[in-house]
Amino acid sequence: MTVLQAEKLSLSYDRDLIIDRLDLETPTGQITALIGPNGCGKSTLLRGLARLLRPQHGSVLLDGRAIHTMPTKQLARELGILPQAPTAPEGITVRELVAQGRYPHQDWFQQWSHADEQALQRALKRTGLIPLIDRAMDTLSGGQRQRAWIAMALAQETDILLLDEPTTYLDLAHQLEVLELLEKLNQEGKTIIMVLHDLNHAAYYASHLVALSEGKIFAQGTAQEVITESIVRHVFGVESQIIHHPATGAPLCLPIRRYQP
Amino acid sequence: MNSSQWIVYHAGKISLRVDRRIPRTAAGLILAALIILVLHVGIGEYTIAPMDVLRTIIGQQLGDQNFHFVVMELRMPRALVAWLVGAALGASGALIQGLTRNPLASPDLTGVTAGASAAAVTLIIFLPQTPDFWLPIAAFCGGLLIAAMLYLLAWRDASSAGGDSPIRLILVGIGLSAALGAFTSFALTFGELWYVQRAMMWLTGSVYATDWVDVNLILPWLIVCLLLAVYGARDLNALNLGEDIAQGLGLRLTFKRGFLLVLSVALAAITVTVAGIIGFVGLIAPHIARRLVGTMHEGLVPTAAFVGGFIVILADFIGRTILQPTEIPCGIITSIVGVPFFVYLLWKREKIS
Repeated sequence: MTVLQAEKLSLSYDRDLIIDRLDLETPTGQITALIGPNGCGKSTLLRGLARLLRPQHGSVLLDGRAIHTMPTKQLARELGILPQAPTAPEGITVRELVAQGRYPHQDWFQQWSHADEQALQRALKRTGLIPLIDRAMDTLSGGQRQRAWIAMALAQETDILLLDEPTTYLDLAHQLEVLELLEKLNQEGKTIIMVLHDLNHAAYYASHLVALSEGKIFAQGTAQEVITESIVRHVFGVESQIIHHPATGAPLCLPIRRYQP
Repeated sequence: MNSSQWIVYHAGKISLRVDRRIPRTAAGLILAALIILVLHVGIGEYTIAPMDVLRTIIGQQLGDQNFHFVVMELRMPRALVAWLVGAALGASGALIQGLTRNPLASPDLTGVTAGASAAAVTLIIFLPQTPDFWLPIAAFCGGLLIAAMLYLLAWRDASSAGGDSPIRLILVGIGLSAALGAFTSFALTFGELWYVQRAMMWLTGSVYATDWVDVNLILPWLIVCLLLAVYGARDLNALNLGEDIAQGLGLRLTFKRGFLLVLSVALAAITVTVAGIIGFVGLIAPHIARRLVGTMHEGLVPTAAFVGGFIVILADFIGRTILQPTEIPCGIITSIVGVPFFVYLLWKREKIS
């Protein structure tokens, strides 16, 4: 199993230091959710973990090897990344898009091996997209489109999958559909690390939560340990009451309005 | 297994994949271009029947001794240059549209061809002793300089936060073209008459009076660049999904993007050295090709080349015959068709957003 960790990692955008000497070990085989307010650096951290940003200091290690020194194609066979709200080229079909996930496994003389076809079919089946295989992406609903992008990342066949807010722009039913799909993939052995906006979703679906504040880890642990009134106050600056989901027992964060009308 | 969209060929560890639509589309476009070629070569002040043209091309001796000279020396090189220039523009446009993820991009609308042309004109007028061998190289450097300026001034990846409007690239391109046009006019005004006349052809967009020297000048470059373009097309598919995803798929972003951009500029610059600026082919051909074979670039790039070749040879044929004996440069014909098409693309974008 592959282990992804950050060691004294500093990341910056245009000289602004966003992540400051951060140490993180993501638990293998689990779902980790990065949470925190806008601008806390959670997306930046995810981009750093996916080598989309070069570290200012420190490093990201995959099984002890610094990912910035690894050949990028080799890394792409172990680590998949799905950015926030990706846009597909006009007219591309589901099959063509998902097949792109095989890019790191191919070269010019191996354009479509039997393994590629099998991975494509598995990814489509896993996401329930077989009936839509020849449809153009522009004709799909938001939820179907997001499943197609996830299928592309699945076809990449990596042990670890990183996702930046995979539920953005989706309605509640499609949000749950995507999160349940990720949960199932995790049960089949994939390590999932994702940025989530919704605390209750994070508490419900992730086994490890990392709360970020101003580029540093403020707290991490299980939902019970991280979703507390005091941490929500410190990280988000919001007063809240934490109750437990009547059906599942997961912590639920209920914000309290600041001004009475 | 359901793989109806592709034809896949396996042999041991080697596997090749091609979209089912590509072979028949390519065959159709080549056949169409050949038909126009035969008509193009046959029609003129001295008309030769299509069958006689074909016989002359395959080397049969015919009764009329002039046939060989008229067909092979006078008209054939011009028709070939038209096709080759169109193919280069089509491929160049497909590359730059894929790279910028911008359906409005093309080598002429971004100012790349204007840069190539300005560099060639500068060389002819101010350094007239330079051998012709340097002209394509100067054109390439001029185009590259403009591409570098575009990159600094207007490049925005559509997937990045605050993704900028594709119109920006075009506006900067039009601005650069206007500035380069002014510079070129300046050079023409102050240059010596004889050199100015020679330089004028860089501005008109015409394959008039091209000969085998021109074919030989561009053919080797074109073959190399087109092969490299087809080779790079697979990377372009990944790039076309946005910078983040391309990198996540293991693409060496900076290197591959630079390589493909240089290739696109080289293809456009080659056309400028023999035909000047032929507008809109690099814009239209990739759009037609996308309708024919879809968005995957290993098929799109060669198909855009075949479409571009067909457009320019047809435009030159129309330009030669429609107002006989007056000739209209093929660049004017392509612009007459291209401008409304460009407006249509703009209008379609407006409607979406």
